[in-house]
Amino acid sequence: MNPSTPDAPERPDGAPAPLLSLEGVTKTFGPVTVVEDVTVHVRPGRVQVLLGENGAGKSTLIKMMSGIYQPDGGRVVVDGEAVTLPDVRAAEALGIATIHQELNLVPSMTVAENISLGRMPRRGGLLDRKAMRDTARRALERIGLDVDPGHQVGELGVARQQLVEIAKALSLDARILVLDEPTAALTRTEIDQLFRVVRELREAGVAMVFISHHLDEIAEIGDSVSVLRDGRLVDEVPATTPEPELVRLMVGRDIADQFPRRREHDGPDDVLLDVRGLTRSGVLQDVTFQARAGEVVGVAGLVGAGRTELLRSIAGADPYDSGTVLVEGRPLRRKDVAGAIRAGVGHVPEDRKTQGLVLGATVAENLGYATLRSTARAGFVDRAGQRSRARTVSEQLRVRMRDVDQTVGDLSGGNQQKVVFGRWVLAGSRVLLLDEPTRGVDVGARVEIYEFVNSVTAAGGAVVMVSSDLPEVLGMSDRILVMSGGHLAGELDAAGATQDQVMSLAVRDVDRDAEDRAEGAES
Amino acid sequence: MTTATTTRPTGRGHSRVGRFLAENGALVGLVVLCVALFVATPDFLTGNNLLNIGVQASTIAVLAFGMTFVIVAGGIDLSVGSVAALAAMISAWSYASAGMPGWLSVVAGLATGALTGAVSGMAVAYGRLPSFIATLAMLSVARGLTLVVSDGRPIATASEVSFLGSTVLGVPVPILVLLVAGLVASLILNRTVVGREMYAVGGNVEAARLSGIRVRRVLVTVFTLSGLYAGLAGMLLAGRLTSAQPQAGAGYELDAIAAVVIGGASLAGGVGRVSGTLVGALILAVIRNGLNLMNVSSFWQQVVIGVVIAVAVGIDVLRRKNTRH
Repeated sequence: MNPSTPDAPERPDGAPAPLLSLEGVTKTFGPVTVVEDVTVHVRPGRVQVLLGENGAGKSTLIKMMSGIYQPDGGRVVVDGEAVTLPDVRAAEALGIATIHQELNLVPSMTVAENISLGRMPRRGGLLDRKAMRDTARRALERIGLDVDPGHQVGELGVARQQLVEIAKALSLDARILVLDEPTAALTRTEIDQLFRVVRELREAGVAMVFISHHLDEIAEIGDSVSVLRDGRLVDEVPATTPEPELVRLMVGRDIADQFPRRREHDGPDDVLLDVRGLTRSGVLQDVTFQARAGEVVGVAGLVGAGRTELLRSIAGADPYDSGTVLVEGRPLRRKDVAGAIRAGVGHVPEDRKTQGLVLGATVAENLGYATLRSTARAGFVDRAGQRSRARTVSEQLRVRMRDVDQTVGDLSGGNQQKVVFGRWVLAGSRVLLLDEPTRGVDVGARVEIYEFVNSVTAAGGAVVMVSSDLPEVLGMSDRILVMSGGHLAGELDAAGATQDQVMSLAVRDVDRDAEDRAEGAES
Repeated sequence: MTTATTTRPTGRGHSRVGRFLAENGALVGLVVLCVALFVATPDFLTGNNLLNIGVQASTIAVLAFGMTFVIVAGGIDLSVGSVAALAAMISAWSYASAGMPGWLSVVAGLATGALTGAVSGMAVAYGRLPSFIATLAMLSVARGLTLVVSDGRPIATASEVSFLGSTVLGVPVPILVLLVAGLVASLILNRTVVGREMYAVGGNVEAARLSGIRVRRVLVTVFTLSGLYAGLAGMLLAGRLTSAQPQAGAGYELDAIAAVVIGGASLAGGVGRVSGTLVGALILAVIRNGLNLMNVSSFWQQVVIGVVIAVAVGIDVLRRKNTRH
């Protein structure tokens, strides 16, 4: 297949004519070309996957589809006619709706109000609440979402908010739905719900564009895959293409092992982190575990099982009611982040943008926050030292950037995450608490992060890794703790464990608790 | 993050000069303003008038330096005008009524400023009040205490305070105070740990906290510094009049905020520089001075200043939109 041929709408396998095409589009910013001569067709009743590392040009393509960017070369074709999309409104008028990672909902308003936002029905100059609720109900029914239209959006989980946004798009007569990493923040059950909706929409003839960093989702939900690398279309392949082949196309080289876990530490396996009976009412129940030098302890479980809260409590970010945390035998004070850092704890939080980084500050500043005080002389910052250390560590972690004075918000997700890691390298942390360390990180940077984890444990550190990515937990951990409803539901040896074992532990106690409650109510 | 932002070099097509101008829009504005006034009125560019502008700018500039700490850390301090008045009044009272030596009355004034700032800071850090509310309360409390102490009448200040209104070797003392206060503020923000922590707290308070920065301590420091600078500004005001006035500095907090914002700081926190703030304060002073020279009524001056604030910040917003997205 020749990717740059602009007019190839009909395919021999009888695929329907595309609703939306980008034909040979190019986009440049100043001297830099971020997308070059890319052709993508989006067909009714098909899910077109865009695959590529961060920086490959997926986001730019999406923005050209949704009217945020205008191509510098090539054309956008809708229903067989070349169009220009000067803004988002123009794209929406043609039935193109984009569900961005950052959702466009007002959390303090109800589901019905959000769905009718900007076009609220009126009667006699006043808001027609009944008509608004009916519109919402119809929209929610269409995707089989069982949510009360009067419910506040902010109280729904991310997954349901996303579905509300899809419902909203469909109620605006969207025929082309662009889904930008919709599964990034979802649990497996929620992903199943989302995919059910996507399949129904596919049956109904909606054309969809789907972006995901999870290769296993491609075969599950996609029809055809446009693989991008460095702003160019590498190939278009069926979604059934085996994962290793997709990875090879995407990164241009083989990644023999996606999870290169090596346990190389041969020193004494002292207990570095000792958590005893950690309890916080309604959140954590009597959590006890240890992490030894050279070990990666994976923490699996559903969202809301208390995994993030466990890490935050250990790191001193959240309080707890009872229990003890010891690092190398010394107890930590509760809710004392600085103390935990001094004891050797490094915490890579769940969301690097809101919790990990000061996005407007430079790479050097962000790397240095945890060591600002300890390296200072008489309250004055060791500026030269901080910069040279920042340079060393960003080189070591292969942070791709112009220099350490670049604003961290301008880096890609994977490189931002490396900066958060780098902070703890500089702080000399021996116990690393990683919360979803590779979320929103592309395959190449992901492997580099795994190699960093290997180097930490090889040097005698301990890593506790929370992840919703089961293959990652299984692939990178030595031991897996499964959390459920705030307590440890079980422990598995990663070598023999399967995804099913993990999941059955993750849901087991929740079910039992529910049964207990039901029995209690009956008696 | 978009691909565009990851790969695009900054300053595309700009020369070094162009980038400097883009990053120092307020300075360009100040220069343009000065050239325009030089053309418009011969009285503008005289040594005396320039020193005059410096003196006029000094009070607002010192208040604005203090405000820069607060705004960089993501807060706002509405109390600085009242705190300046209270500091001057306590200083004058401790000299005239309590019989303190002159130098000690200066210390008392500065300490009053720092203390009221610390109280606001604790209300923000430990009482979890929004800084807008905490300092709005302090605005009222400090003004009230000023009236209580003075019984609504001016009090003469010590000669050490009046010295602040005098001239040394042809240079007005307020200008010297302005320069030293600015240098110290710049040193604190750029070179000290707590200064860098202010940027982190203002940029992303949660990331700062998880990096082990003691956020509450930073906040108390920030407001204490703002109070201390307000106290110093109060002494400057009193020095020029050789007395502490109960209504001194009323409304100055808004000029101080305007100076900081014109200077390129973001009210969202994390961004701001002392040099920018100084330029902002000078712009306000130059406009007032120029309009006075051209006999524009003070009523119209207020209108012009309002428009300048809106235009300056508007240009800044546009510029940011063009350099980043």
